[in-house]
Amino acid sequence: MSETEYVPKSKAGKWFNDRLPLLSLGAHLSDYPTPKNLNYWWTFGGILTFCLITQIVTGIVLAMHYVAHADLAFESVEKIMRDVNYGWLIRYIHSNGASMFFLAVYIHIFRSLFYGSYKSPRELIWIIGMLIYILMMAAAFMGYVLPWGQMSFWGATVITNLFSAIPLVGESVVIWLWGGYSVDNPTLTRFFSLHYLIPFLILGLVVLHIWALHVPGNNNPVGIDIKKPSKDTVPFHPYITIKDIFALLMFMIIFAGFVFFSPNILGHSDNYIPANPMVTPAHIVPEWYLLPFYAILRAVPDKLGGVILMFGALFVLVILPWLDTNKVRSAIFRPIYRQFFWIFVIDVLALGYLGAMPAEGAYLLLARIATIYYFAHFVIILPVLGHIEKTDPLPLSISEPVLTGGLNPVATRSDKSFDEKK
Amino acid sequence: MKKNSYITIFIYFFILAMFPSKSFSASSENDLLKVKWSFLGITGKFDRGSLQRGYQVYQEVCSSCHSMKYLSYRNLGEKGGPEFTLDEVKAIASNFEVTDGPNSEGEMFTRPGRPSDHFVSPYPNVNASMAANGGAYPPDMSVLVKARPGGANYIYSVLMGYEDPPAGLVLDDGVYYNKYMIGNKIKMSKPLNEGLVEYSDGTQSTVDQMAKDVTTFLTWTAEPHLEARHKTGTKVIIYLIILATLVYFSMKRLWSRVDSEE
Repeated sequence: MSETEYVPKSKAGKWFNDRLPLLSLGAHLSDYPTPKNLNYWWTFGGILTFCLITQIVTGIVLAMHYVAHADLAFESVEKIMRDVNYGWLIRYIHSNGASMFFLAVYIHIFRSLFYGSYKSPRELIWIIGMLIYILMMAAAFMGYVLPWGQMSFWGATVITNLFSAIPLVGESVVIWLWGGYSVDNPTLTRFFSLHYLIPFLILGLVVLHIWALHVPGNNNPVGIDIKKPSKDTVPFHPYITIKDIFALLMFMIIFAGFVFFSPNILGHSDNYIPANPMVTPAHIVPEWYLLPFYAILRAVPDKLGGVILMFGALFVLVILPWLDTNKVRSAIFRPIYRQFFWIFVIDVLALGYLGAMPAEGAYLLLARIATIYYFAHFVIILPVLGHIEKTDPLPLSISEPVLTGGLNPVATRSDKSFDEKK
Repeated sequence: MKKNSYITIFIYFFILAMFPSKSFSASSENDLLKVKWSFLGITGKFDRGSLQRGYQVYQEVCSSCHSMKYLSYRNLGEKGGPEFTLDEVKAIASNFEVTDGPNSEGEMFTRPGRPSDHFVSPYPNVNASMAANGGAYPPDMSVLVKARPGGANYIYSVLMGYEDPPAGLVLDDGVYYNKYMIGNKIKMSKPLNEGLVEYSDGTQSTVDQMAKDVTTFLTWTAEPHLEARHKTGTKVIIYLIILATLVYFSMKRLWSRVDSEE
């Protein structure tokens, strides 16, 4: 892993490092050879770290003022908005931060899909990433419940009721989840507890995610294996750090735009109505980042089938490294996959849109088509493309992006070149 | 890769991000009356006079049925709000009878309100308010503007939307026709009539004026730190743009070493 053995200059540093090699770790992180051709789509890892830290810090402050009780939660949030010093700022950063977190994670995931970053030898990075994504959705869902507005309450009711679809034990599982016979105070307090826990689980997984990344090193837009360190790489610091900081600042400008100038546009106005178990809102909708899955859930006429398909939509993502059998990583060299990638992006966006619409008529039909296509992309298109797609010739290195030997069979098969370079 | 596809995906994500909030309310929001509120936009501020008049309308008209329990009288004197003077706030608060206690004898007692007291609610509880209003709950107005799709425009539209029902539509007793209310039926009778309140600053109290004033006031009660938010936001974004520019040129300079190697 470490390229050159690091020896601290000072005696104290050496003493410490011999016992706990934190300084070696720092040196590794700083020198970490990174492909020099990374584009801005690669900056979202750093942006996501920023998002996680922001959510944790603002969340801890909010928890100092928030009261997790069905009768007091809504009021305590209003207190934060009105009376806590800069409470409005902290809460708006936290609530919009969730949306920005998902915006960044979706870009991060689609980047991986486009450039084949999930392929060997990076399957574990991908799977850990998917676990983080699933935990993020759980954390976001529970966080949305905490203000105890109408959409909090009814969202919690709809989502927890999904578990009643489990055969035989479903009903008991739901009562167990609720801590009673309906969504009520016990549900709120446990959601608060878990909402506080999950971000730290995510933090742990992020460490594993980065650790697993640092074994093979970054993928890159060309998608070929490169020698490290070499002419094709730059040290992480200062080259990548400054690029990440620049991208982060651009991201923060958009973030600030939401927080300061339209803090409620991504939320639902019904959530400013205190939860009322006697009044059901006209449309119960989750936050925008969960809408594609909500569309898949509602596309199936059978409840259990819908739940299975919804979780299946995540499962196919987890096993993606084994569904996409083509060894060429980057879509730049995969002319057919490239088209299907963009169709898939549109399909997911369509699902998101349809998830926000009432499940009836043409919307329902379209949601069904989009759902079928979503799964077809993973279980039919990708495996078939792995066999039939003729990929473009790969360059031998990043420094020589223009291919010298046009139809060099070694160069077109990255798995072989990978073995050779090893 | 093609620069265009990067831009495309960014645009897609933004459209996606905008969709939910737009789509749910699209059916009714488009038809609402639109007002050029002073508090809109990145430098938007409340019109102080309008806030003070709006409070008067709320106090003399709305507050007989609608509570505003998350506000305290002191808020009326705070920066970014109606900014009544401390003496005015004290005078306003003292007009209300507040139940306090228990005292040393264990009895509850009433006393004149103080700035630190919450707004006194017209009814002791929700059921009482429903019983007094034909079964309809007059919603608490503290965050009402944020709790309705269309926000301020919706509140204003409903206040302006009272009309005679179209021919053939028979309404029950205590139900009124409103052009902008969802479902067009409302249990609140037309609350504002020409000259209903007497503005001390000499402003004509037309229905339109009162509706605008009280909507402005309700926007402030829903978002009391709106002015501070806009001000801070402008500073934050200017700061970020300057910093990003500096970082950009540092980055270019740093990377020129790598790029020149090629």
